[in-house]
Amino acid sequence: MTTADVSAGRPRQWQRFSLPERIMRSAFYFVVVLAVIWSLRTIEIIPEFLYDAPQQTVDLFVRMWPIDWGWYPKVVHAALLETLHTATLGTILAVALAAPVALMVARNITRSIILNSVGRFILVATRSVHAMVWALFFVALFGPGALAGMLAIAVHSIGFTGKFLAEAIEEAKPGPIEALTAAGASPLAILIKGYWPQVKPAFLAIATFRWDINVRESAVLGLVGGGGLGMALDTALNNLYWDQVGLVLVVIFGIVIVAEIATAWIRSRII
Amino acid sequence: MSDAALSRPRVAFPPNWPARIGFIVLIAYVAYASTILDFTWDRFMRGLGQGANLLARMFPPDFAADKMALLYVGMTESLQIAIIATVVGVLLSLPLGLAAARNLAPRPLAWAARALIALFRSLHPVIVAILFVKSVGFGALAGILALIVASLGFLSKLVAESVEEMSMKPVEAVRATGSPFLSVVIMSVIPQVIARFIGFSAYQLDSNLRNSALVGIVGGGGIGSTLLTAFQRFDYDFVLTIVLAIIAIVMVGEVLSGWMRRMFQ
Repeated sequence: MTTADVSAGRPRQWQRFSLPERIMRSAFYFVVVLAVIWSLRTIEIIPEFLYDAPQQTVDLFVRMWPIDWGWYPKVVHAALLETLHTATLGTILAVALAAPVALMVARNITRSIILNSVGRFILVATRSVHAMVWALFFVALFGPGALAGMLAIAVHSIGFTGKFLAEAIEEAKPGPIEALTAAGASPLAILIKGYWPQVKPAFLAIATFRWDINVRESAVLGLVGGGGLGMALDTALNNLYWDQVGLVLVVIFGIVIVAEIATAWIRSRII
Repeated sequence: MSDAALSRPRVAFPPNWPARIGFIVLIAYVAYASTILDFTWDRFMRGLGQGANLLARMFPPDFAADKMALLYVGMTESLQIAIIATVVGVLLSLPLGLAAARNLAPRPLAWAARALIALFRSLHPVIVAILFVKSVGFGALAGILALIVASLGFLSKLVAESVEEMSMKPVEAVRATGSPFLSVVIMSVIPQVIARFIGFSAYQLDSNLRNSALVGIVGGGGIGSTLLTAFQRFDYDFVLTIVLAIIAIVMVGEVLSGWMRRMFQ
């Protein structure tokens, strides 16, 4: 802006973003609007189902009440324990499976771009297939039950656990590693005494956080045959015993809250 | 230091007994829980045999024209479910998040909003989808509503946290001019949280895309119903096609949302 512009009384024009930035942003908004219009115009919604939606919703809650507490000791308690064991065992197995992949992905440990990319692909592939889809697979392999649910939880968790574990390993300070290398330590000793103490807090945080998520996930895996509370929910839904459905939902809600409180407590204690 | 301590050879890394005991307890738990859940080696091996069989039936993936048409229909529906659920979730999460922010909203309102968010967050999308299938019937609408609830739980919590962390000075400045509440929100709150909010929304689109494959399994429409049908018909080569397509679209979504986040930083 020259002094001539100012003296001519033209007001200063301030622009927060440069021209390319503005074009990109406008293009982005345009694409969003286009996507929404396309989705709304072509999605199939059957209006006949909507007329009685309010009655159906009220009916749903009326049928759930009063909740059938008598069903808890008969079926739901065992299912609850099964869900907790599934989530815990699944998390332990996931950590065991994710650790080598994380080592493969961490660039400061594996200095090979090909191996890094292979590891990264394993992480993305396990993560993008949902636990429930994995459960469908494992039910086809091992038959319905907690084994299929546990394996589904474990395989699906590899992506999440491995990704954060690899990041923690990459953030490790090189000082202790160099000291151990200088002392002539073997690669295994470097891993155990150099990396592990630095990664341990992050490792525990990741494991407990994943356990919390896995409790939620394993509660619904039974819907496709993965055992636990989901199986009880499926039975109740198929029998149209809505008061039992209500009971299972309350139990799932309770266990999710308890798991969240427990992980928050553990995290504040050890990390 | 006593003579006995001196004569003993020094150990660079003394054994860590709590860690060892913890490890033993862990192994004992794994053994105990495995027996409870009735995992046997025999069953596992039989499953692996079955697995070879299953893999053989999956390869090669089925790319026949009629199957591709089914895949296309399911995928577009999933995409539509994800887009609509994300946009509606984003629009609704702003007011809900503001209501839950303790520095702007009155106390009772903030607690009520927080309780609602906690409820939304603790319900798994699949369970919400089951309830919506009962109330609005099978199809895409149930899936959309379930994912809206999931998006609300995640986004509102993050909006509330960002608003609570922001600087109150611009808010006071705008209030001092006598502006109504809405102007305060538009002129001083939104500019401070919008960059992070767009990042979260991009992540939520990603996660809705993944979950839209899920709600179909319980009747919420989209690729999930196609997948479940293929499983029930033992159409395993088509199952593999669908799973590959899901992985591909989730990866594309991850790249796009990362790109979107960078653009608005």
